[in-house]
Amino acid sequence: MKKLIIAGKEFDSRLFLGTGKFNSNTLMEEAIKASGTEMVTVAMKRIELGDKEDDMLKHIIHPHIQLLPNTSGVRTAEEAVFAAQMAREAFGTNWLKLEIHPDPRYLLPDSTETLKATEELVKLGFVVLPYCQADPTLCKRLEEAGAATVMPLAAPIGTNKGLQTRDFLRIIIEQSNVPVVVDAGIGAPSHAAEAMEMGADACLVNTAIAVAGNPVEMAIAFKEAVIAGRRAYEAGLGIQATNLEASASSPLTAFLND
Amino acid sequence: MKLTVNNKETELTQGNTVADLANQLELPTQGVAIAVNNRMIPRTQWSEQVLHPNDSLVIIKAACGG
Repeated sequence: MKKLIIAGKEFDSRLFLGTGKFNSNTLMEEAIKASGTEMVTVAMKRIELGDKEDDMLKHIIHPHIQLLPNTSGVRTAEEAVFAAQMAREAFGTNWLKLEIHPDPRYLLPDSTETLKATEELVKLGFVVLPYCQADPTLCKRLEEAGAATVMPLAAPIGTNKGLQTRDFLRIIIEQSNVPVVVDAGIGAPSHAAEAMEMGADACLVNTAIAVAGNPVEMAIAFKEAVIAGRRAYEAGLGIQATNLEASASSPLTAFLND
Repeated sequence: MKLTVNNKETELTQGNTVADLANQLELPTQGVAIAVNNRMIPRTQWSEQVLHPNDSLVIIKAACGG
């Protein structure tokens, strides 16, 4: 399989993992290891004075893992730039998952603010991976603004509904000159495989793994699905028939009646 | 002096720099960032950055998230 290259950095794994919703940091760490991922998201929160809780960072820092801090919680481009600067300082990386979703009900990204923030953050030297609507025009604008990838949603965050934006994802993949990472809504390994078969460059999965009955086994299932999907894409899928007529795959020798 | 840290009133008992406050709060050596009055202060400047009464600080750390 071809390596994934983002901003000049090579990745063997095309599965990115989110770290939310796991029952424990230990379980999260085991799932990360089992998934083979090389890109893991991390959020930020305000410290509580006197707080002695387990530091989640030590469970995800690894030489083969690129930390991808996110800007979850910001509502505007201005807040995103501030959060990005805090993230760069705290985690020592200029990679950033830009996410601006002011509406807490649907968590849908604000396209105007996302584009504006991407333009500013690129100028400030960040490697920007924007979470965005599955809008082909917007994705081109983000690419022109210098985004390192585009990360269109398959469905709203945490819904596990799969590729609801399938047709738009196809257009985005066809047109994009930067890697396309399908983010949000992927709820089953089959969804991830489908995205990869379509030619997506990577998938970002969180909820579907974190809330599974066995998150470690589910992480392995997603790893295998992403590999299978990518391998199929690179191998070249057969063309789907437009009607229901069969096409024989064995010789139709009439040897029983003659 | 009295400061606001993450919206909570806090007394800085010794010194007057960001580094003094970080010491007092026993902040870890990595994985945190501090802003004073909405401006991020790089760790390399903590020992020079002087705080003033009623300054508003934001201190963040890593959290789980997708």
